[in-house]
Amino acid sequence: MVEFFTTTNLGITLLIIGQCLLVLVPILVALAFLMYADRKVWAAVQMRKGPNIVGVFGLLQSFADFLKYIVKEVVVPAGADKAVFFLAPMTTFVLAVIAWAVIPFNPGWVLADINVAVLYIFAVSSLEVYGVIMGGWASNSKYPFLGSLRSAAQMISYEVSLGLIIIGVIISSGSLNFTGIVAAQDGAYGIFSWFWLPHFPMVFLFFISALAETNRPPFDLPEAESELVAGYQVEYSSTPFLLFMIGELMAVVLMCALTSLLFFGGWLSPIPGLPDSILWLIIKILFFFFIFAMVKAITPRYRYDQLMRIGWKVFLPLSLGWVVLVAFFAQYGAFGGAYARWAVGG
Amino acid sequence: MSMDYTRAAKYFLLMDFVKGFQLGLKYFFAPKATLNYPQEKGPLSPRFRGEHALRRYPNGEERCIACKLCEAVCPAQAITIDAEPRDDGSRRTTRYDLDMTKCIYCGFCQEACPVDAIVEGPNFEFSTETREELFYDKEKLLDNGARWEAEIARNLEMDAPYR
Repeated sequence: MVEFFTTTNLGITLLIIGQCLLVLVPILVALAFLMYADRKVWAAVQMRKGPNIVGVFGLLQSFADFLKYIVKEVVVPAGADKAVFFLAPMTTFVLAVIAWAVIPFNPGWVLADINVAVLYIFAVSSLEVYGVIMGGWASNSKYPFLGSLRSAAQMISYEVSLGLIIIGVIISSGSLNFTGIVAAQDGAYGIFSWFWLPHFPMVFLFFISALAETNRPPFDLPEAESELVAGYQVEYSSTPFLLFMIGELMAVVLMCALTSLLFFGGWLSPIPGLPDSILWLIIKILFFFFIFAMVKAITPRYRYDQLMRIGWKVFLPLSLGWVVLVAFFAQYGAFGGAYARWAVGG
Repeated sequence: MSMDYTRAAKYFLLMDFVKGFQLGLKYFFAPKATLNYPQEKGPLSPRFRGEHALRRYPNGEERCIACKLCEAVCPAQAITIDAEPRDDGSRRTTRYDLDMTKCIYCGFCQEACPVDAIVEGPNFEFSTETREELFYDKEKLLDNGARWEAEIARNLEMDAPYR
Protein backbone atom coordinates (compact mmCIF):
# COMPACT_ATOMS: atom_id res chain seq x y z
CA MET A 1 0.00 0.00 0.00
CA VAL A 2 2.74 2.43 0.96
CA GLU A 3 4.66 1.48 -2.19
CA PHE A 4 1.61 2.34 -4.32
CA PHE A 5 1.55 5.93 -3.02
CA THR A 6 5.30 6.48 -3.14
CA THR A 7 6.44 4.65 -6.28
CA THR A 8 3.68 4.48 -8.93
CA ASN A 9 2.77 7.60 -10.90
CA LEU A 10 -0.95 7.19 -10.22
CA GLY A 11 -0.30 6.74 -6.54
CA ILE A 12 1.84 9.86 -6.31
CA THR A 13 -0.74 11.90 -8.23
CA LEU A 14 -3.52 10.67 -5.94
CA LEU A 15 -1.42 11.44 -2.89
CA ILE A 16 -0.72 14.96 -4.08
CA ILE A 17 -4.40 15.59 -4.90
CA GLY A 18 -5.36 14.21 -1.51
CA GLN A 19 -2.88 16.48 0.26
CA CYS A 20 -4.08 19.50 -1.70
CA LEU A 21 -7.69 18.76 -0.76
CA LEU A 22 -6.64 18.26 2.84
CA VAL A 23 -5.30 21.82 2.88
CA LEU A 24 -7.85 23.47 0.60
CA VAL A 25 -11.12 22.15 1.94
CA PRO A 26 -10.54 23.23 5.56
CA ILE A 27 -9.29 26.62 4.36
CA LEU A 28 -12.34 27.19 2.16
CA VAL A 29 -14.74 26.11 4.90
CA ALA A 30 -12.88 28.29 7.39
CA LEU A 31 -13.10 31.15 4.89
CA ALA A 32 -16.90 30.94 4.93
CA PHE A 33 -16.91 31.41 8.69
CA LEU A 34 -14.20 34.07 8.56
CA MET A 35 -16.31 36.07 6.14
CA TYR A 36 -19.17 35.78 8.63
CA ALA A 37 -16.82 36.75 11.49
CA ASP A 38 -15.62 39.75 9.51
CA ARG A 39 -19.18 40.97 9.06
CA LYS A 40 -20.05 40.26 12.68
CA VAL A 41 -17.07 42.24 14.00
CA TRP A 42 -17.88 45.11 11.68
CA ALA A 43 -21.49 45.05 12.81
CA ALA A 44 -20.59 44.83 16.50
CA VAL A 45 -18.34 47.89 16.38
CA GLN A 46 -21.16 49.80 14.67
CA MET A 47 -23.56 48.56 17.36
CA ARG A 48 -25.47 46.42 14.91
CA LYS A 49 -26.31 42.77 15.31
CA GLY A 50 -25.02 41.62 11.93
CA PRO A 51 -26.23 38.53 10.11
CA ASN A 52 -28.25 36.42 12.56
CA ILE A 53 -31.04 34.80 10.55
CA VAL A 54 -29.50 31.94 8.53
CA GLY A 55 -28.64 29.10 10.88
CA VAL A 56 -27.80 29.42 14.58
CA PHE A 57 -26.56 33.00 15.17
CA GLY A 58 -26.46 33.37 11.38
CA LEU A 59 -23.49 31.00 11.14
CA LEU A 60 -24.62 29.69 7.78
CA GLN A 61 -24.93 33.17 6.24
CA SER A 62 -21.84 32.75 4.04
CA PHE A 63 -23.14 29.48 2.63
CA ALA A 64 -26.44 31.13 1.77
CA ASP A 65 -24.47 33.90 0.08
CA PHE A 66 -22.35 31.42 -1.87
CA LEU A 67 -25.49 29.71 -3.07
CA LYS A 68 -26.99 33.02 -4.09
CA TYR A 69 -23.90 34.09 -6.01
CA ILE A 70 -23.79 30.82 -7.88
CA VAL A 71 -27.43 30.80 -9.02
CA LYS A 72 -27.39 34.45 -10.15
CA GLU A 73 -27.07 35.37 -13.80
CA VAL A 74 -23.59 36.10 -15.16
CA VAL A 75 -23.76 39.52 -16.79
CA VAL A 76 -21.09 40.24 -19.40
CA PRO A 77 -20.94 43.93 -20.32
CA ALA A 78 -21.20 44.84 -24.00
CA GLY A 79 -17.76 45.49 -25.42
CA ALA A 80 -16.01 43.49 -22.71
CA ASP A 81 -13.12 41.30 -23.72
CA LYS A 82 -14.78 38.02 -22.79
CA ALA A 83 -11.70 35.84 -22.47
CA VAL A 84 -9.84 38.30 -20.23
CA PHE A 85 -13.06 39.19 -18.40
CA PHE A 86 -13.43 35.61 -17.17
CA LEU A 87 -9.72 34.98 -16.84
CA ALA A 88 -9.33 37.82 -14.31
CA PRO A 89 -11.38 36.39 -11.40
CA MET A 90 -9.91 32.95 -12.03
CA THR A 91 -6.40 34.41 -11.87
CA THR A 92 -7.15 36.14 -8.58
CA PHE A 93 -8.67 33.02 -7.09
CA VAL A 94 -6.05 30.57 -8.34
CA LEU A 95 -3.15 32.77 -7.21
CA ALA A 96 -4.71 33.24 -3.79
CA VAL A 97 -5.10 29.48 -3.48
CA ILE A 98 -1.69 28.33 -4.71
CA ALA A 99 0.10 30.63 -2.28
CA TRP A 100 -1.00 28.22 0.47
CA ALA A 101 1.20 25.50 -1.03
CA VAL A 102 4.26 26.69 0.89
CA ILE A 103 2.59 27.64 4.18
CA PRO A 104 3.48 25.11 6.84
CA PHE A 105 0.87 24.40 9.51
CA ASN A 106 3.08 22.29 11.74
CA PRO A 107 6.63 20.94 11.34
CA GLY A 108 6.44 18.99 8.07
CA TRP A 109 2.77 19.78 7.41
CA VAL A 110 3.37 21.61 4.17
CA LEU A 111 2.43 20.79 0.57
CA ALA A 112 5.68 21.97 -0.99
CA ASP A 113 8.62 22.09 1.41
CA ILE A 114 10.75 24.23 -0.89
CA ASN A 115 13.70 26.32 0.19
CA VAL A 116 12.54 29.44 -1.68
CA ALA A 117 9.11 29.59 -0.04
CA VAL A 118 9.34 33.29 0.78
CA LEU A 119 10.36 34.09 -2.79
CA TYR A 120 7.48 31.97 -4.04
CA ILE A 121 5.00 33.89 -1.88
CA PHE A 122 6.41 37.11 -3.31
CA ALA A 123 6.08 35.90 -6.87
CA VAL A 124 2.51 34.84 -6.31
CA SER A 125 1.42 37.94 -4.46
CA SER A 126 2.94 40.25 -7.06
CA LEU A 127 1.13 38.31 -9.77
CA GLU A 128 -2.11 38.88 -7.90
CA VAL A 129 -2.22 42.42 -9.21
CA TYR A 130 -2.81 40.97 -12.69
CA GLY A 131 -6.22 39.59 -11.74
CA VAL A 132 -7.25 43.05 -10.62
CA ILE A 133 -5.89 44.98 -13.57
CA MET A 134 -7.20 42.44 -16.08
CA GLY A 135 -10.64 42.63 -14.51
CA GLY A 136 -10.63 46.41 -14.64
CA TRP A 137 -9.41 46.59 -18.19
CA ALA A 138 -11.61 43.85 -19.63
CA SER A 139 -14.79 45.38 -18.22
CA ASN A 140 -14.58 48.16 -20.83
CA SER A 141 -15.89 50.70 -18.34
CA LYS A 142 -14.44 53.75 -16.63
CA TYR A 143 -14.89 53.04 -12.92
CA PRO A 144 -13.45 49.53 -12.99
CA PHE A 145 -10.53 50.84 -15.00
CA LEU A 146 -9.82 53.65 -12.54
CA GLY A 147 -10.17 51.20 -9.68
CA SER A 148 -7.76 48.75 -11.21
CA LEU A 149 -5.21 51.48 -11.95
CA ARG A 150 -5.32 52.61 -8.34
CA SER A 151 -5.09 49.04 -7.18
CA ALA A 152 -2.11 48.22 -9.36
CA ALA A 153 -0.14 51.25 -8.18
CA GLN A 154 -1.03 50.55 -4.58
CA MET A 155 -0.18 46.86 -4.60
CA ILE A 156 3.15 47.46 -6.31
CA SER A 157 4.07 50.27 -3.89
CA TYR A 158 3.49 48.26 -0.77
CA GLU A 159 5.00 45.07 -2.10
CA VAL A 160 8.36 46.84 -2.05
CA SER A 161 8.32 47.59 1.67
CA LEU A 162 6.69 44.23 2.40
CA GLY A 163 9.62 42.55 0.69
CA LEU A 164 12.24 44.64 2.48
CA ILE A 165 10.68 43.88 5.86
CA ILE A 166 10.78 40.17 5.12
CA ILE A 167 14.42 40.46 4.06
CA GLY A 168 15.16 41.59 7.63
CA VAL A 169 13.52 38.45 8.92
CA ILE A 170 15.43 36.35 6.41
CA ILE A 171 18.72 37.85 7.58
CA SER A 172 17.81 36.96 11.14
CA SER A 173 16.69 33.41 10.38
CA GLY A 174 19.11 32.50 7.59
CA SER A 175 16.35 30.65 5.77
CA LEU A 176 13.82 31.26 3.01
CA ASN A 177 11.84 28.25 4.15
CA PHE A 178 8.96 29.02 6.50
CA THR A 179 9.64 25.93 8.56
CA GLY A 180 13.22 27.16 8.91
CA ILE A 181 12.05 30.67 9.85
CA VAL A 182 9.79 29.31 12.57
CA ALA A 183 12.53 26.99 13.77
CA ALA A 184 14.88 29.97 14.04
CA GLN A 185 12.38 31.62 16.40
CA ASP A 186 12.37 28.61 18.73
CA GLY A 187 14.73 30.11 21.28
CA ALA A 188 15.40 29.86 24.98
CA TYR A 189 13.23 32.83 25.91
CA GLY A 190 9.93 31.49 24.60
CA ILE A 191 7.70 34.28 23.36
CA PHE A 192 10.59 36.77 23.54
CA SER A 193 12.67 34.76 21.09
CA TRP A 194 10.11 35.32 18.37
CA PHE A 195 10.95 37.89 15.74
CA TRP A 196 8.34 40.41 16.84
CA LEU A 197 10.73 41.65 19.52
CA PRO A 198 13.97 42.07 17.55
CA HIS A 199 11.96 43.33 14.57
CA PHE A 200 9.51 45.27 16.69
CA PRO A 201 8.83 48.37 14.58
CA MET A 202 8.67 46.27 11.44
CA VAL A 203 5.75 44.24 12.77
CA PHE A 204 3.53 47.30 12.50
CA LEU A 205 4.94 48.21 9.11
CA PHE A 206 4.39 44.68 7.90
CA PHE A 207 0.85 44.65 9.16
CA ILE A 208 0.00 48.00 7.59
CA SER A 209 1.63 47.00 4.32
CA ALA A 210 -0.38 43.80 4.44
CA LEU A 211 -3.55 45.87 4.79
CA ALA A 212 -2.55 47.92 1.75
CA GLU A 213 -1.45 44.87 -0.20
CA THR A 214 -4.80 43.13 0.28
CA ASN A 215 -6.79 46.32 -0.45
CA ARG A 216 -8.38 46.29 2.98
CA PRO A 217 -9.54 49.45 4.72
CA PRO A 218 -8.09 51.99 5.42
CA PHE A 219 -6.43 51.40 2.03
CA ASP A 220 -9.50 50.18 0.14
CA LEU A 221 -9.16 52.84 -2.54
CA PRO A 222 -9.45 50.34 -5.39
CA GLU A 223 -13.02 49.66 -4.37
CA ALA A 224 -13.80 53.01 -2.69
CA GLU A 225 -17.51 52.46 -2.20
CA SER A 226 -18.34 56.14 -2.24
CA GLU A 227 -16.50 57.05 -5.46
CA LEU A 228 -15.84 53.98 -7.54
CA VAL A 229 -18.80 51.89 -6.34
CA ALA A 230 -16.67 48.77 -6.07
CA GLY A 231 -13.71 49.57 -8.28
CA TYR A 232 -12.56 46.84 -10.60
CA GLN A 233 -15.42 44.56 -9.53
CA VAL A 234 -18.25 46.85 -10.68
CA GLU A 235 -19.11 44.89 -13.81
CA TYR A 236 -18.77 41.50 -12.19
CA SER A 237 -21.68 39.43 -11.00
CA SER A 238 -22.48 35.92 -9.90
CA THR A 239 -19.66 33.35 -9.71
CA PRO A 240 -16.87 35.56 -11.17
CA PHE A 241 -17.59 38.10 -8.44
CA LEU A 242 -17.59 35.31 -5.88
CA LEU A 243 -14.16 34.22 -7.11
CA PHE A 244 -12.84 37.78 -6.68
CA MET A 245 -14.28 37.96 -3.20
CA ILE A 246 -12.91 34.60 -2.09
CA GLY A 247 -9.55 35.45 -3.64
CA GLU A 248 -9.36 38.71 -1.72
CA LEU A 249 -10.37 37.17 1.58
CA MET A 250 -7.94 34.32 1.04
CA ALA A 251 -5.14 36.84 0.50
CA VAL A 252 -6.15 38.47 3.79
CA VAL A 253 -5.98 35.17 5.66
CA LEU A 254 -2.66 34.43 3.94
CA MET A 255 -1.29 37.73 5.22
CA CYS A 256 -2.49 36.82 8.74
CA ALA A 257 -0.72 33.48 8.37
CA LEU A 258 2.46 35.21 7.14
CA THR A 259 2.42 37.60 10.10
CA SER A 260 2.04 34.66 12.47
CA LEU A 261 4.82 32.67 10.80
CA LEU A 262 7.34 35.45 10.28
CA PHE A 263 6.99 37.40 13.51
CA PHE A 264 4.94 35.40 15.99
CA GLY A 265 6.48 31.97 15.91
CA GLY A 266 3.91 30.06 13.88
CA TRP A 267 3.00 26.91 15.75
CA LEU A 268 5.34 27.61 18.67
CA SER A 269 3.60 27.73 22.01
CA PRO A 270 3.59 31.15 23.70
CA ILE A 271 3.09 29.60 27.14
CA PRO A 272 6.05 27.62 28.53
CA GLY A 273 5.03 24.07 29.32
CA LEU A 274 2.27 23.79 26.73
CA PRO A 275 3.26 21.80 23.63
CA ASP A 276 3.75 23.44 20.23
CA SER A 277 0.83 22.64 18.00
CA ILE A 278 -1.10 23.65 14.89
CA LEU A 279 -3.74 25.08 17.24
CA TRP A 280 -1.38 27.91 18.20
CA LEU A 281 -0.98 28.82 14.53
CA ILE A 282 -4.76 28.82 14.09
CA ILE A 283 -5.23 30.96 17.19
CA LYS A 284 -2.62 33.43 15.95
CA ILE A 285 -4.19 33.60 12.48
CA LEU A 286 -7.62 34.18 14.03
CA PHE A 287 -6.21 36.90 16.28
CA PHE A 288 -4.67 38.75 13.36
CA PHE A 289 -7.83 38.30 11.36
CA PHE A 290 -9.72 39.90 14.23
CA ILE A 291 -7.35 42.86 14.10
CA PHE A 292 -7.85 43.05 10.33
CA ALA A 293 -11.61 43.11 10.88
CA MET A 294 -11.34 45.71 13.65
CA VAL A 295 -9.15 47.93 11.50
CA LYS A 296 -11.80 47.78 8.80
CA ALA A 297 -14.40 48.92 11.31
CA ILE A 298 -12.49 51.75 12.98
CA THR A 299 -10.42 53.48 10.31
CA PRO A 300 -11.49 56.05 7.72
CA ARG A 301 -10.10 55.71 4.21
CA TYR A 302 -6.79 57.31 3.22
CA ARG A 303 -6.62 59.79 0.41
CA TYR A 304 -4.72 58.52 -2.60
CA ASP A 305 -1.79 60.91 -2.27
CA GLN A 306 -1.52 60.07 1.44
CA LEU A 307 -1.43 56.40 0.56
CA MET A 308 1.40 56.92 -1.90
CA ARG A 309 3.23 59.23 0.48
CA ILE A 310 3.15 56.67 3.28
CA GLY A 311 4.17 53.90 0.92
CA TRP A 312 7.13 55.56 -0.76
CA LYS A 313 8.27 58.26 1.67
CA VAL A 314 7.76 56.59 5.04
CA PHE A 315 7.60 52.83 4.68
CA LEU A 316 10.22 52.37 1.99
CA PRO A 317 13.04 54.39 3.69
CA LEU A 318 12.18 52.94 7.09
CA SER A 319 12.20 49.33 5.92
CA LEU A 320 15.29 49.87 3.78
CA GLY A 321 17.12 51.43 6.75
CA TRP A 322 15.96 48.57 8.90
CA VAL A 323 17.40 46.00 6.52
CA VAL A 324 20.79 47.74 6.67
CA LEU A 325 20.58 47.99 10.47
CA VAL A 326 19.64 44.33 10.87
CA ALA A 327 22.45 43.32 8.54
CA PHE A 328 24.94 45.17 10.76
CA PHE A 329 23.46 43.75 13.96
CA ALA A 330 23.57 40.25 12.51
CA GLN A 331 27.13 40.57 11.21
CA TYR A 332 28.57 41.81 14.51
CA GLY A 333 26.32 39.72 16.75
CA ALA A 334 24.77 42.69 18.53
CA PHE A 335 22.32 42.20 21.42
CA GLY A 336 23.54 38.72 22.22
CA GLY A 337 23.06 37.58 18.66
CA ALA A 338 19.32 38.31 18.71
CA TYR A 339 19.47 39.27 15.04
CA ALA A 340 21.44 36.29 13.80
CA ARG A 341 19.94 33.11 15.12
CA TRP A 342 20.52 30.92 12.12
CA ALA A 343 21.65 27.36 12.63
CA VAL A 344 23.66 26.73 9.50
CA GLY A 345 25.73 28.94 7.25
CA GLY A 346 26.25 32.34 8.84
CA MET B 1 13.33 74.05 11.69
CA SER B 2 11.87 72.94 14.97
CA MET B 3 10.17 69.60 15.21
CA ASP B 4 7.25 68.50 17.32
CA TYR B 5 8.76 65.34 18.78
CA THR B 6 5.69 64.41 20.81
CA ARG B 7 3.57 64.51 17.72
CA ALA B 8 6.10 62.54 15.70
CA ALA B 9 6.37 59.90 18.40
CA LYS B 10 2.59 59.60 18.57
CA TYR B 11 2.48 59.24 14.81
CA PHE B 12 5.01 56.44 14.74
CA LEU B 13 3.54 54.64 17.73
CA LEU B 14 0.15 54.70 15.98
CA MET B 15 -1.50 56.40 18.93
CA ASP B 16 -4.53 57.40 16.84
CA PHE B 17 -4.95 53.81 15.87
CA VAL B 18 -4.62 52.55 19.44
CA LYS B 19 -7.22 55.03 20.62
CA GLY B 20 -9.52 54.09 17.78
CA PHE B 21 -9.04 50.45 18.61
CA GLN B 22 -9.98 51.06 22.25
CA LEU B 23 -13.10 52.94 21.23
CA GLY B 24 -13.94 50.23 18.72
CA LEU B 25 -13.60 47.55 21.40
CA LYS B 26 -15.80 49.59 23.73
CA TYR B 27 -18.59 49.62 21.17
CA PHE B 28 -17.83 46.01 20.23
CA PHE B 29 -19.13 44.94 23.64
CA ALA B 30 -21.79 47.64 23.96
CA PRO B 31 -25.44 46.61 23.75
CA LYS B 32 -26.63 46.59 20.17
CA ALA B 33 -29.07 49.19 18.94
CA THR B 34 -30.58 47.07 16.17
CA LEU B 35 -34.01 45.47 16.41
CA ASN B 36 -34.83 42.21 14.65
CA TYR B 37 -37.49 44.13 12.73
CA PRO B 38 -40.22 41.78 11.68
CA GLN B 39 -40.06 40.04 15.06
CA GLU B 40 -39.32 43.09 17.18
CA LYS B 41 -40.67 46.58 16.63
CA GLY B 42 -39.75 49.95 18.01
CA PRO B 43 -42.15 52.01 20.15
CA LEU B 44 -44.58 54.34 18.34
CA SER B 45 -45.74 57.72 19.56
CA PRO B 46 -49.51 58.19 19.95
CA ARG B 47 -49.08 60.98 17.44
CA PHE B 48 -47.57 58.66 14.85
CA ARG B 49 -49.01 59.42 11.41
CA GLY B 50 -49.39 56.19 9.51
CA GLU B 51 -52.04 54.71 7.27
CA HIS B 52 -55.34 56.61 7.12
CA ALA B 53 -58.67 55.40 8.38
CA LEU B 54 -62.25 56.69 8.38
CA ARG B 55 -63.90 56.21 11.75
CA ARG B 56 -67.46 55.48 12.79
CA TYR B 57 -69.46 56.44 15.86
CA PRO B 58 -70.02 53.64 18.36
CA ASN B 59 -73.56 53.17 16.99
CA GLY B 60 -72.13 52.36 13.59
CA GLU B 61 -72.90 55.69 11.91
CA GLU B 62 -69.98 57.01 9.90
CA ARG B 63 -68.49 60.17 11.28
CA CYS B 64 -67.60 61.94 8.05
CA ILE B 65 -70.08 64.71 7.18
CA ALA B 66 -68.46 65.63 3.86
CA CYS B 67 -67.42 69.12 4.94
CA LYS B 68 -64.45 68.77 2.58
CA LEU B 69 -62.09 70.56 4.99
CA CYS B 70 -59.57 67.75 4.60
CA GLU B 71 -59.80 67.98 0.84
CA ALA B 72 -59.21 71.72 1.05
CA VAL B 73 -56.32 71.57 3.49
CA CYS B 74 -54.49 68.69 1.85
CA PRO B 75 -51.22 70.15 0.52
CA ALA B 76 -50.67 67.24 -1.85
CA GLN B 77 -54.28 67.26 -3.07
CA ALA B 78 -54.50 63.58 -2.40
CA ILE B 79 -58.13 63.61 -1.24
CA THR B 80 -61.17 63.70 -3.54
CA ILE B 81 -64.66 63.90 -2.05
CA ASP B 82 -68.12 63.81 -3.62
CA ALA B 83 -71.18 64.30 -1.41
CA GLU B 84 -74.98 64.09 -1.55
CA PRO B 85 -77.77 64.17 1.03
CA ARG B 86 -78.71 60.65 2.04
CA ASP B 87 -82.31 59.34 2.01
CA ASP B 88 -82.74 60.37 5.67
CA GLY B 89 -81.62 63.89 4.75
CA SER B 90 -78.19 63.80 6.43
CA ARG B 91 -75.20 64.89 4.40
CA ARG B 92 -72.74 62.08 3.67
CA THR B 93 -69.94 61.34 1.22
CA THR B 94 -70.70 59.22 -1.80
CA ARG B 95 -67.04 59.08 -2.67
CA TYR B 96 -63.96 59.51 -0.49
CA ASP B 97 -60.80 58.75 -2.49
CA LEU B 98 -57.36 59.01 -0.97
CA ASP B 99 -54.34 58.64 -3.23
CA MET B 100 -51.72 57.17 -0.90
CA THR B 101 -49.02 57.69 -3.50
CA LYS B 102 -49.61 61.46 -3.33
CA CYS B 103 -50.08 61.69 0.43
CA ILE B 104 -47.15 63.16 2.33
CA TYR B 105 -48.43 62.07 5.77
CA CYS B 106 -48.49 65.61 7.15
CA GLY B 107 -51.58 64.92 9.24
CA PHE B 108 -53.38 68.14 8.22
CA CYS B 109 -56.52 66.19 7.27
CA GLN B 110 -56.70 64.82 10.79
CA GLU B 111 -56.14 68.30 12.24
CA ALA B 112 -58.80 69.84 9.97
CA CYS B 113 -61.48 67.25 10.62
CA PRO B 114 -64.17 68.67 12.96
CA VAL B 115 -65.59 65.22 13.81
CA ASP B 116 -62.41 63.13 14.07
CA ALA B 117 -63.49 61.10 11.07
CA ILE B 118 -60.31 60.93 9.00
CA VAL B 119 -57.34 59.96 11.14
CA GLU B 120 -53.86 58.64 10.58
CA GLY B 121 -53.50 55.39 12.45
CA PRO B 122 -50.46 53.58 13.84
CA ASN B 123 -50.15 51.19 10.89
CA PHE B 124 -47.07 51.71 8.70
CA GLU B 125 -46.88 48.28 7.11
CA PHE B 126 -49.23 48.62 4.15
CA SER B 127 -46.89 48.11 1.23
CA THR B 128 -48.51 46.72 -1.89
CA GLU B 129 -47.34 45.00 -5.02
CA THR B 130 -49.12 47.34 -7.42
CA ARG B 131 -49.55 51.07 -7.52
CA GLU B 132 -53.31 50.74 -8.03
CA GLU B 133 -53.73 49.14 -4.63
CA LEU B 134 -52.59 52.40 -3.06
CA PHE B 135 -55.55 54.37 -4.47
CA TYR B 136 -57.77 53.98 -1.43
CA ASP B 137 -61.54 54.44 -1.72
CA LYS B 138 -64.16 55.05 0.97
CA GLU B 139 -64.78 51.36 1.53
CA LYS B 140 -61.09 50.62 2.13
CA LEU B 141 -60.76 53.58 4.49
CA LEU B 142 -63.83 52.58 6.53
CA ASP B 143 -62.43 49.06 6.61
CA ASN B 144 -59.20 50.41 8.06
CA GLY B 145 -61.27 52.32 10.62
CA ALA B 146 -62.95 49.11 11.73
CA ARG B 147 -59.64 47.26 11.90
CA TRP B 148 -57.64 49.84 13.83
CA GLU B 149 -60.41 51.49 15.92
CA ALA B 150 -59.05 50.21 19.27
CA GLU B 151 -55.54 51.55 18.66
CA ILE B 152 -56.76 54.80 17.10
CA ALA B 153 -59.14 55.52 19.98
CA ARG B 154 -56.37 54.82 22.47
CA ASN B 155 -53.92 57.11 20.67
CA LEU B 156 -56.46 59.94 20.40
CA GLU B 157 -57.22 59.64 24.08
CA MET B 158 -53.51 59.67 25.04
CA ASP B 159 -52.86 62.69 22.86
CA ALA B 160 -55.96 64.63 23.96
CA PRO B 161 -54.34 66.35 27.00
CA TYR B 162 -51.82 68.04 24.72
CA ARG B 163 -54.32 69.52 22.26
